[in-house]
Amino acid sequence: MVDINELQTFEHDVLVIGAGGAGLRAAIQCAALGLDTGVVSKSLLGKAHTVMAEGGMAAALRNVDKRDNWKVHFRDTMRGGKFLNNWRMAQLHAQQAPDRVRELEDWGAVFDRTPDGLINQRNFGGHRYPRLAHTGDRTGLELIRTLQDHGVHQGFATHMECKIVGLLKDGDRIAGALGLWREHGRFVLFKAKAVIMGTGGGGRCWRVTSNSWEYSGDGATLAYDAGAELMDMEFTQFHPTGMVWPPSVSGVLVTEGVRGEGGILLNNKGERFMFNYIPERFAPETADTKEEAARWLEGDKNARRPPELLTRDVVARAIRSEVQAGRGSPHGGAFLDIANQRPAEYIKKKLPSMYHQFKELAEVDITKDPMEVGPTLHYFMGGIRVDADSQMSKVPGLFACGEASAGMHGANRLGGNSLSDLIVFGKLSGDGAADYIKTLEAPPQVNEDEVKALVKHCTDILNREEGPNPFVVHEEIQEIMGEGAGIVRQGDELSTAIEKLHQLRPRIDSVKAHSASQFNAGWHEALDLHSLVTTGEAVARSALLREESRGGHTRLDFEGEREEWSKYNIVVSKQPDGTMLARKEERPDPPEELAKIAHAKIEDLEAGNV
Amino acid sequence: MSKRTFRVWRGDKSGGEFKEYSVEVGPGMVVLDAIHRIQAEHASDLAVRWNCKAGKCGSCSMEIDGMPKLGCMTRLGDYPENHTITIQPMKTFPLIKDLVTDVSWNYEQNKRIKPLQPRPRDADGEHRMQQDDVERTQEFRKCIECYLCQNTCHVLRDHDRKDAFIGPRFMIRVGQLAMHPLDTEDRIPAIRDEYGSGYCNITRCCTEVCPEHINITDNGIIPLKERVVDRYYDPVKMLLRKISGK
Repeated sequence: MVDINELQTFEHDVLVIGAGGAGLRAAIQCAALGLDTGVVSKSLLGKAHTVMAEGGMAAALRNVDKRDNWKVHFRDTMRGGKFLNNWRMAQLHAQQAPDRVRELEDWGAVFDRTPDGLINQRNFGGHRYPRLAHTGDRTGLELIRTLQDHGVHQGFATHMECKIVGLLKDGDRIAGALGLWREHGRFVLFKAKAVIMGTGGGGRCWRVTSNSWEYSGDGATLAYDAGAELMDMEFTQFHPTGMVWPPSVSGVLVTEGVRGEGGILLNNKGERFMFNYIPERFAPETADTKEEAARWLEGDKNARRPPELLTRDVVARAIRSEVQAGRGSPHGGAFLDIANQRPAEYIKKKLPSMYHQFKELAEVDITKDPMEVGPTLHYFMGGIRVDADSQMSKVPGLFACGEASAGMHGANRLGGNSLSDLIVFGKLSGDGAADYIKTLEAPPQVNEDEVKALVKHCTDILNREEGPNPFVVHEEIQEIMGEGAGIVRQGDELSTAIEKLHQLRPRIDSVKAHSASQFNAGWHEALDLHSLVTTGEAVARSALLREESRGGHTRLDFEGEREEWSKYNIVVSKQPDGTMLARKEERPDPPEELAKIAHAKIEDLEAGNV
Repeated sequence: MSKRTFRVWRGDKSGGEFKEYSVEVGPGMVVLDAIHRIQAEHASDLAVRWNCKAGKCGSCSMEIDGMPKLGCMTRLGDYPENHTITIQPMKTFPLIKDLVTDVSWNYEQNKRIKPLQPRPRDADGEHRMQQDDVERTQEFRKCIECYLCQNTCHVLRDHDRKDAFIGPRFMIRVGQLAMHPLDTEDRIPAIRDEYGSGYCNITRCCTEVCPEHINITDNGIIPLKERVVDRYYDPVKMLLRKISGK
């Protein structure tokens, strides 16, 4: 049996779990406020999923179009989120994003420039004006490297290649976390007054995903097990353009920047089908002829946006419909053509990673031929429910920011709003943690029994004589989620998925990994299974409850948005008996001023009348 | 689908050996896919680092048939059909297990580089830089820190002079700062004295293995070496220094 006094132990004021954009920005803020801070990451520093973000970060900097301001950005975000966003979070985000982006420049970020030498901004789906600060098509790498290189001089500790296996509590409040070094399999105890989750989402519940192995829903599950609530879990974003061929790369992201730079979507008849899928709400602001779309691309400010730049949920469903109708590409997607829209040199300059990605992985030259693309699970709008200003969950001392938290994006996230989300709410969660720590009278104490139980749970996997192969069980989860809770859903299929996930639990509790504790891939996979199945169940239960289609949640048996459902969020919590409960919770009325902005006519906003 | 055999290094710092595994391979598969299949079917404890599987994070660096490469960007189709592909860990860094090495030395080097010291903002609160002026520095910022260049560099790999030379990755990192339009720090003394720019003898091996196709040597290291030479080895300046005693 472990002796807790012999465990390697770190004591921090704040432990940040996750070292992507949100986690690093949170850690920088904590350190700036004088807190002893530690950052834990499952991978090496600088490898987090943030590096995959391509297109840019949205902020109303007004460098390219002076008509932009926070109100228009806020309005775009609410409309994109189908008005299910947390109003206050969407407001804070739109107001603070420009300062957060500018400060990155002082920390070393090198964004592309306008002719005036300012930060350049590009067009993206759902954004009224060119709004995305970007560095070619590798803006996520730029963000993470900037935060990493700045961060290493701020005095916080980084604990790399460490998986958190459980949060620890002192009564109701947070007291720390137990980790496991991936390198040698030893346990490590983190005592902390506050914990910030910057853990991202759970895309690995599905087979076709743009997410890396780290995205196993750890943050949501750790918080849920510790008593926090999850919210909006039914809203899973399928990015419309993932690679579909070759099979080994299916799901890998193709940036929306391709469409932002003029790329168009075609079916196998050569038809530009997005003109047939323009939702009523967006019709007044979307081009309805190729000619008008072309004028917009040339910079005509009176032309409306091409339909390829409708929100991601709309484009993903359109591609799926085309494939279902037999008009798909040879490998079951749609054609994305930039070759005939822009000169080769322009494409190579603006979309260098895409050029290389297709050249090297699919042997396609995107300056000559169209890409084949299809929907891929990309992002969780839902996550840990937090207070909009402090980012604290229901558990005192437990915070969340970035993709791990819920509320900011509502039912659907706009491209480019993720990177800005990370830096806005990363900072705010640091502020929130600092404020919380000030209220503490005595430091929380770690519960020894809790630690021992966690250690036993983890090591049992190695000590069993036999049990299911964790890699196989993971594939089973992916199959269940793909079949029952994919891009389109039905009540009976969701019920079946929930039942099957339930039946899988005993198998998960009995998986066996090879006994070597050192860098043992099978063991690490086994330890992720609980997060995967819990996250999957939360998605499926929430999706079953929401009887409508909205944003990233589509029900074939309940088509279209239902007014009734705009009044509710779905909240998931763990019951005292260990079972999962999903329930409807009525949304508070929005502040009058924000409602006015969100529902304003664009002309009135531009004229400064709202 | 057809079968293919792979020779994979298995072992840790106490020793090890190559083991052969055969798995089904399909169209478009890359080396990392084959490794995952070996994990799932034959060796669940096979250690490998990976993340994005799209050449963007630089985690799955390894030596494939003796060439430093990313496992996720190396297509099996590039090798003859019946050829057994050999996969081993990067040689320059201490082995942890199988294909995973201890790359922490690189993280220590990064900390030695002084962060950007930006000039003050313009009166309206903006930083202004021209696109032409940031392009050189943007090229170096494409680096995904796979450390394949560090692994290949003779100074680090064959002569193990990690004490003397910071390596190509961090030469372009400091170069990126030295060529940054906003930076006000004089980095030349450190480039010579602390980072060991003189150790690089410009064989361009680092450039050859860079998966991001960064022109490390010609655009990064050589200009830095030139700046050092201009500062310290210009005969006129050397004479002046001798006379003035500075």
